[in-house]
Amino acid sequence: MSTAKQRFTLAAAAALALAATSLTATAQPRTDLVVGMALEPPHLDPTAGAAGAIKEVTYANLFEPLLRVDADGKLVPGLAERWTVSDDGLTYRFTLRPNAKFHDGTTADSADVKFTLDRARAADSVNAQKAYFAPISQVETPDPQTVVVTLSRPDGLFLFHMASGDAAIVAPESAATNKQKPVGTGPFKFDRWVAGDRVVLVRNPDYDGMKPKLDRVTFRFISDPAAQVAALKAGDIDAFTLFSTYEALPEFRNDPKFVVTVGSTEGETILSTNNARKPFDDVRVRRAMAHAIDRKTLIDGVLYGNGVAIGSHFPPHREGYVDLTGLYPYDPAKAKALLAEAGYPNGFDTTLRLPPPPYARRGGELVAAMLAEVGIRAKIEPVEWAAWLEKTFKGKDYDLTMIAHTEPLDIDIYARPDYYFNYRSERFNALNDELNRTQDPAKRNALYGEEQKVLAEDAVNGFLFMLPSVTVQKAGLTGMWVNRPVQANDVTGVSWK
Amino acid sequence: MLAFLLRRLVSLIVTVWLASIVVFAVLQLVPGDPALLMLGVNAQPDTLAALRGQMGLDQPVLTRYLQWAGALARGDLGVSLTYARPVAELVAERLAVTLPLALLSLVISTALALPLGLLAAAQRGRGGDWAVLGFSQLGVSMPSFWIAILLILLFSLTLHWFPAGGFPGWTGPGWGGGIGPALHALLLPALALALPEAAILARVTRTAVLDTLAEDHIRTARAKGVSRTAVLLRHALPNALIPVATVLGLQISFLVAGAVVVENVFTLPGLGRLLYQAIGQRDLIVVQGVVVLLALFVVVVNALVDIACALADPRPKGVSS
Repeated sequence: MSTAKQRFTLAAAAALALAATSLTATAQPRTDLVVGMALEPPHLDPTAGAAGAIKEVTYANLFEPLLRVDADGKLVPGLAERWTVSDDGLTYRFTLRPNAKFHDGTTADSADVKFTLDRARAADSVNAQKAYFAPISQVETPDPQTVVVTLSRPDGLFLFHMASGDAAIVAPESAATNKQKPVGTGPFKFDRWVAGDRVVLVRNPDYDGMKPKLDRVTFRFISDPAAQVAALKAGDIDAFTLFSTYEALPEFRNDPKFVVTVGSTEGETILSTNNARKPFDDVRVRRAMAHAIDRKTLIDGVLYGNGVAIGSHFPPHREGYVDLTGLYPYDPAKAKALLAEAGYPNGFDTTLRLPPPPYARRGGELVAAMLAEVGIRAKIEPVEWAAWLEKTFKGKDYDLTMIAHTEPLDIDIYARPDYYFNYRSERFNALNDELNRTQDPAKRNALYGEEQKVLAEDAVNGFLFMLPSVTVQKAGLTGMWVNRPVQANDVTGVSWK
Repeated sequence: MLAFLLRRLVSLIVTVWLASIVVFAVLQLVPGDPALLMLGVNAQPDTLAALRGQMGLDQPVLTRYLQWAGALARGDLGVSLTYARPVAELVAERLAVTLPLALLSLVISTALALPLGLLAAAQRGRGGDWAVLGFSQLGVSMPSFWIAILLILLFSLTLHWFPAGGFPGWTGPGWGGGIGPALHALLLPALALALPEAAILARVTRTAVLDTLAEDHIRTARAKGVSRTAVLLRHALPNALIPVATVLGLQISFLVAGAVVVENVFTLPGLGRLLYQAIGQRDLIVVQGVVVLLALFVVVVNALVDIACALADPRPKGVSS
């Protein structure tokens, strides 16, 4: 009898101990993360492709540029721990981290930086942002830790550009194979890629900087909106970034298991207008369209309210922003009057070409309906991405189209003579030249303000809204970026509570 | 027979060759520049030219066709423009998902359909028959992607028994990959594919068994005192299997086509999604390679069916044609 009792007590104690250990086991925060993304990167070399998904996997996690852009959009040290700029703005001196290593064990020194910069500006370069490197005239390496870059002309955005994924530092030994087996200097290293499904990164134990809390990060690629929602609800993924199934957000907001954050990307969503083509070459017609579009209704209809209106080509969260959304208030009567003044009292027929993203397909329908109210009959022409690039962007053969321009600080595209807007303004070009010569931040911001006003006055394009950065994540996850000042899913500061 | 086989072989080669010309020509006509897609809206003309050179797109059309077709004839599918990997490798990787998926659903649908069809035939006009007919009516009228969504709602979102999609890979150092997790990920999609197939197959089985049951030898067997069940299993079923197998063979190509849709719902990295992504990215080499392979698959299956029919035809060979 007593032995039976003893046995029972023993068993009970063992069960309790087991329960206790399993409790402490679950109390231990998780160290892995599964991030959902809509698009799969075609490859993993950020220096050889424009696809945002490449940078969303590799930026700051796997590859480091000389400088990095942090969650607030500020420039912080990357592979370079400090840097100086000469007074004339022509000489940049970078000092690299002394113990930086590539994932294959080779040292990351000034020779690698020189190799990277020279490769990006070479004649056979396939860097998607080769223009970032055009001002460089010379790269010198006085010692393994120091790089001196000399520019042929001042470039106020040079440091910002050197912090982009396109300027990620790569090694001559691995540059040719980075597309499939990326080798960088970041706190995570490449583990494997199940093509069509996921990329797995693991913590780099030899990282010489701040070590991340996570030891494994999986990026999963789910393009179907219903499958995205299902994967989140099933708990298969911990966070979905740049989530664009906005109609599902109320469900997640009402569920205590999830947290929804809404920030901003750098994507100015605009009704691009062919300024060289009749009748859009008449500023009165472009202003009439600006008055015809009700941005509030558009944001409600396309983004379910999760977006901010813009009045020019500049994001409201950046310094130097000027609010011009009041310049052309929604006023169909005024729009009709302007059209009549321009010689189109009965409106006109035109074509609105729409690329595949949902904001464009959905937004385009609404814009066409709003334009129809004032007599502009826009025929909708949905096209796939390859055809959009070929016909609209490269061929400049279009009337109207709707697209988000996602490159950060890209207002200078209006100064490009051959850009698809076909916009030419001496005033704007002069401002842009001055901006390139200016280093002082306050003066730069003032010039940005002037540029925004010129574009708004000329009503170059229909300025609609900023594309939001929506993240749906599990409760308990901290450190995910809310805004997206560069295309990135920087998870180096992410952890579980 | 030899002449017949030779004729089949020649027509097979000609068909695949014609398919290669058609897919190549169509891709030349479709707007879209792979280099521009890769480098995006800020690419400079010299950069685009450099990438086009790397991709071999600066060569004249005829040269490019001859190079590609020549390599193809030697069994070389080329290297993907976007992924920078051999197409054969990409296809093999994706077939490792699509083929097991199709096979698994084939097994499930057969395992479901045969007993159900037999049951319906045995219970003709009674409860079991009506239940099976009802199930098959429902299964035939629901497309597999819809069943897929229902399965996800029940088994992934409510019961949490299966992942809602994705594929961990057949191998993997612990991180969720391996044969067990891979089969686990394939089971729901296979079921979604199998249910409509099973519905059709159960109907065919029922009809075939009923037809056989009406034949003379069955009546003879019954008259000799063989039990109903024994007649059903030993005499009716084997004879009924011939039409069932014919339909099953026809369904295989539908299964591969259906797999493409179900792959999308479950975000499985199969051949269908590879083709879909490659078209979007204008990865001409991948699109051409996959289309030619699919054409070859269909042509070979058709040829095998023809040969099998020729062999099975009881009439004397070499009489006609």
